[in-house]
Amino acid sequence: MILAKWYDFRTIANPVGELLDQLRDWGAPDWVPYVVSSVIAIVAILLWVILSVLAFIWIERRVVGLMQNRIGPNRVGPFGMLQPVADALKLLLKEPITPRAADKLIFLAGPIAIFIPTIVVFAAIPFGERMALADLNVGVLFLIAIGSINTLAVFMAGWSSNNKYALMGAMRTIAMLISYEIVQVLALLGPVLFVGSMNLGQIVGWQDEFNTWILFIQPLGLLFYIIAGAVEMNRSPMDIAEAESEIVAGYHTEYGGIKFGFFYQAEYLAGFAIAAIVVNLYLGGWTLWGLEEWVPSWLIFFAKLYGFFFLYIWMRGTLPRLRIDQLMTFAWKYLLPLALLNILVAGGEVLLWREAELSRNVALPTFAVVNFAIAGIAVVGWARVLGHARKDHRGGRATLTQEVGAVFYEGAANP
Amino acid sequence: MDDTGTVVAFWMLAVITVGSALGTAAVRNLIHAVVFLVISFTGVAGLYITLSADFLAVTQVLIYVGAISILVLFAIMLTPRGDRGNQEGFLRLPAVLLSGLLAATMIFVALDTDWNISDRAGFEDTATDIGEALLDKFVLPFEIASVLLLVAMLGAIVLVRPEGAVEEE
Repeated sequence: MILAKWYDFRTIANPVGELLDQLRDWGAPDWVPYVVSSVIAIVAILLWVILSVLAFIWIERRVVGLMQNRIGPNRVGPFGMLQPVADALKLLLKEPITPRAADKLIFLAGPIAIFIPTIVVFAAIPFGERMALADLNVGVLFLIAIGSINTLAVFMAGWSSNNKYALMGAMRTIAMLISYEIVQVLALLGPVLFVGSMNLGQIVGWQDEFNTWILFIQPLGLLFYIIAGAVEMNRSPMDIAEAESEIVAGYHTEYGGIKFGFFYQAEYLAGFAIAAIVVNLYLGGWTLWGLEEWVPSWLIFFAKLYGFFFLYIWMRGTLPRLRIDQLMTFAWKYLLPLALLNILVAGGEVLLWREAELSRNVALPTFAVVNFAIAGIAVVGWARVLGHARKDHRGGRATLTQEVGAVFYEGAANP
Repeated sequence: MDDTGTVVAFWMLAVITVGSALGTAAVRNLIHAVVFLVISFTGVAGLYITLSADFLAVTQVLIYVGAISILVLFAIMLTPRGDRGNQEGFLRLPAVLLSGLLAATMIFVALDTDWNISDRAGFEDTATDIGEALLDKFVLPFEIASVLLLVAMLGAIVLVRPEGAVEEE
């Protein structure tokens, strides 16, 4: 029951559409509404992104503080809410230092090269009903392609700093991103197979039409995408590229002031982009089983997006950092075969659905049950095959202690 | 190629593409050359967009900007004394001559050919059409290409295996 009136803010497309019609009535040439609508969308997305990043810097620090049993920022403004603003001002006013031995041109281009792709990603994302800046046919592929530019940007930053820690961080990032990109692409292929389109709007529409979320028929895909996403946005437990305890700050060791600010913000932007992709591909986008008739669709989308991003904050507060060799083994030996299996199963199901002409009420619940079963068996079974969950696993003792072969005395309190 | 926007976009992209391609050949530092090459690749992707070939454009970014550039960077990093960059060598004159001849040939062909401009409308959904063409009409070349890539991958693994690795296990 969306009214096509300008004051109906349940889709922001309405007031904008009204404005564009008004422009056409005033006899503006064809390109004027086109340019105006793009400018409005770009400004809106930028405003949303900056406000969200500022808000989430505060939320993350407070939440992680709570999780780690400390207070977090609480001095600047009420509950420390103005802390991110103060930090942003500090970064802006700091002197931009370039190391003398650095490659000046690439050192300057690094932060720019990492910031532009992360912001361009939002162009293809539908934020609500009729609310996408660019409704691309190849939306999913576009997101993957733009995300892959990050690798080069990180390398530029790390190499140009002329610092061994920065270079190490850059090499780690490249190894990590190249490995997990494959897992990411395979995970995103599942929803695309079921929907039969790479258009993000159509993927949301499919989930709305079949009254389901792809989460239920692609649980393994979602799990793998969450993991690959954590790598893509360089977040704990996959943040070895800037592991503070090992290599200072990784690829942005030499960056200070607003140049560092760009890296910091790009990380959050990548996080929001991953969350937005998950929400659109797996969690039904801006639809919520009819609620979008009453509540603005973009509010539903943002609620899902922030909720999902909270999961990453939780992960960061909970899980310890992985070692580089563990991370690589995990990608190639564990995730990749299971992702291929997932694609095989998804392809078989789509074929079966189409060839046997099953009704959707039979097909979708069956696929959901089967896929959840396969996901559970595959995750546990493959770990067993690789020898990670041994039957003789002595619970309660740290793995390292077991491997070193520490002696435990009989009668001593079980550690 | 008739409305103003497309023409403006074409010339901007053409300047970026050709300019950075020239930069790739001219700069001394190899890493700078790679960065210029990446900008050139991105410009080509933009040209594909002006031709409504969105799938091709996105694939260009994914493969060339995301993957090939990293491959080139690895090649440079693994080359002994790769940091010497582009030095002047005795092949300078022949190289200039050869590339001049190549450029002259290509310009001549481009001007001389009677280009056959198709009058069919653009594809509505490029990705679907490409997918159907690859798995229907051109399925044999597609499969041959994938087997070739698999063979190359296996070959790479065999090449980097240390001698006697099988016996050790």
